[in-house]
Amino acid sequence: MGKERVAVVGIGQTKHQATRGDVSMAGLVREAAQRALDDAHMTWTDIDAVVIGKAPDFFEGVMMPELFLADALGATGKPMFRVHTAGSVGGSTAIVASQLIQAGLHERVLTVAFEKQSESEAMWALSLPIPFTPPLHAGAGGYFAPHIRSYIRRSKAPDHIGMLVALKDRQNGIKNPYAHLHEHEISFDSIKESMMLWDPIRYAETCPSSDGACALVLGSEKVADDAMAEGRQPAWIQGTAMRSEPTLSAERDTVLPLGGALCAADVYKQAGITNPRKDVDAVEMYVPFSWFEPMWLENLGFAEPGEGWKMTEQGATALDGDFPVNMSGGVLCTNPIGASGMLRFGEIAMQVRGTAGEHQVDGVRRGVGHAYGGGSQFFAMWVVGKDKP
Amino acid sequence: MPEISLPESLQGVEAVRSVRIPARLDYEFTAGNASSRFLRGIQQKKIIGQRVPGGRVYVPPRGADPERGQATTEEVEVAQVGTVTSFCMVNVAFYGSSMELPYTSALILLDGADLSIMHLIQEIPANEVRIGMRVEAVWRDDEDIEPTLESIKWFRPTGEPDDTNVRIPGEDHGTGLGSWVGGVAPTEALVRNPRTGKGGH
Repeated sequence: MGKERVAVVGIGQTKHQATRGDVSMAGLVREAAQRALDDAHMTWTDIDAVVIGKAPDFFEGVMMPELFLADALGATGKPMFRVHTAGSVGGSTAIVASQLIQAGLHERVLTVAFEKQSESEAMWALSLPIPFTPPLHAGAGGYFAPHIRSYIRRSKAPDHIGMLVALKDRQNGIKNPYAHLHEHEISFDSIKESMMLWDPIRYAETCPSSDGACALVLGSEKVADDAMAEGRQPAWIQGTAMRSEPTLSAERDTVLPLGGALCAADVYKQAGITNPRKDVDAVEMYVPFSWFEPMWLENLGFAEPGEGWKMTEQGATALDGDFPVNMSGGVLCTNPIGASGMLRFGEIAMQVRGTAGEHQVDGVRRGVGHAYGGGSQFFAMWVVGKDKP
Repeated sequence: MPEISLPESLQGVEAVRSVRIPARLDYEFTAGNASSRFLRGIQQKKIIGQRVPGGRVYVPPRGADPERGQATTEEVEVAQVGTVTSFCMVNVAFYGSSMELPYTSALILLDGADLSIMHLIQEIPANEVRIGMRVEAVWRDDEDIEPTLESIKWFRPTGEPDDTNVRIPGEDHGTGLGSWVGGVAPTEALVRNPRTGKGGH
C-alpha cells in the first residue's frame, strides 16, 4: 500500500496519582516525554514533530493548553498539533502520530497525552446543563450505567462479574509501579460492600480521577531497525484504526456499538488477524467501569455476543489466564483521562517489547491496544507485535 | 535542577503551589428550527418528533438523520406514555448538581418514537424501577409550562403490565456482523460500514 513501516521505540509515563502537586502541567508532560526519550536513547533534538492529545479543556479549566506546552515539549521550530476525540484521545493521538511516519513525512515523532484532573472537576465538566433539558446527567457513570444494565439484562450475566473485573484489575495494578491505585487490601467483599454510586456501578468498580501523562517515541523502519540492532526490541505497529458514531441515533446499539466492531474488524484485517481470540496474545482495553471488560470482549470479537462475561468468570482474562486483559491494572487503576488511551497503547507495546516488569506476561508476540470515548462513540485501536509487518 | 537565587525580599516566603480560580461561562444557545418547533409543542403540552427518511422518529428532533445527514421533513406527535428501556439510580453528589439524592434517571422510549429520552422517574420507590416498566409524563401546572423538557416534571408508572420484551433502540441494528470467534476472517464487507456501504480499503 506504499505505507512506511512504523514502530514504538520509546515509552514513558509519569507516576500517576490523585494530585501531582509537585509539577505543573508542563512538568507533568515533560516527565513522561523525557522518560520516553531516554527509553528511545534519543534527545529532544532528535525529534521531528510533536503530537499532543488530551480530553476536554474543562477538565483543567485551561483553554488550549498545547499553546503553553509547546516549549516544554521541545516543539520550538517543529510541527506540533493537538488531537481531541474525548476519552479515546490517547489512542487516536498515537495513531495520528504514527500516520506522520507512515506517510513518509517524518522519521521520529514524539506523541504525548495527559490529564491533570486535580486542577478542575471532570464530573462537573461532563455534566454541564444542556439547554431545555432536565439536569439529570451525572457524569460518565450516570451516562454508562444504563448501558451496563442493558448488557447485564441481555447477556444474563451474574452480578459478580463486574466485581471480579475490579478485583483482577486492582490486583494487577499493585504490580505496576506507575499505577495510581495500589490497593493491597482489596478483596471481593470490600468491592461488594462499597457504595453503589450509579446503580449498577459501585464505587470500587469505578476508575479513579488521576493526574498523569504518557509519551511514546515512534520511529520509522530505519529508526526501529537501528534500535533492534542495539538490542532494543521495537513494538511494530501492524495496524491502526479509528471509527466514530453519532451520540444519539436510533440505529445505535450502545451495548455493542457498531463503530467499535468495525474498528476492530479493520485493524485485524490490516494485521492479518483472522481469529482474534487465538491470534492475539494480550489486550489493554479501555475499561473505566468494570462491566466494560465483558462488553468490549464481545464488541472486539474476542467472545460471542452475550458470552464475554464467561471469559472473565473463568479467569481467561487474568494475568495468568490464556487471554490476559489489562495487565497494567488498566483504567480502573489509573485514569488521567486524556492519557488513558495512550497508556493502553503504550502498555501493550511494553508487553510486546518484554519491558513491562512485574506485570509482564510471557510470550506476547502480538497485542491489541484499545480506547473509546464520548458516549461509546469514538474508537481507536492498534495492533503491535514483535514482528515487522 | 539549579537553585534559583531569590531577591532578599522574597527569601523565606512560603512557595505558592496552586491558586483556586473559579471559571464562569455565560453563553447564548441557538436552538435551531427543529428544536424550536419541538419546544413550541412542549408549550402546548404536546411531544412532537420528526421522522427521518426511512421511517425512524426522533424525539427531541434534531432536524436531520444522524446516520445519513438527510434533512427531516415530517413532524409526528408521539405519545406521552412509554417504556423504560434502561435506568440508573444516581447516588453521587457533585459540584453543580441540583438533584436530591438518590434519584432515578431513566431512558424512556415513548410510544411512536425510535430513540429514548432521559428523564426522571418518580411516584415509585427508586429501587422498584425496572426495565420494561410503562410510564407516563407528569406535567407542571399549566401556568408554569415553559418551552423546555423540564415542563415535564417527571414520569410515573401507568400501572400497565411491564413490556418484558422491550429492546433498546438499535439493538436490532447493532453489530449484526456475525461471529468472528472460531476464525472467521474480517472480510471487506465487515470493514465496510453496512449502514452506508462505504469505507474499507
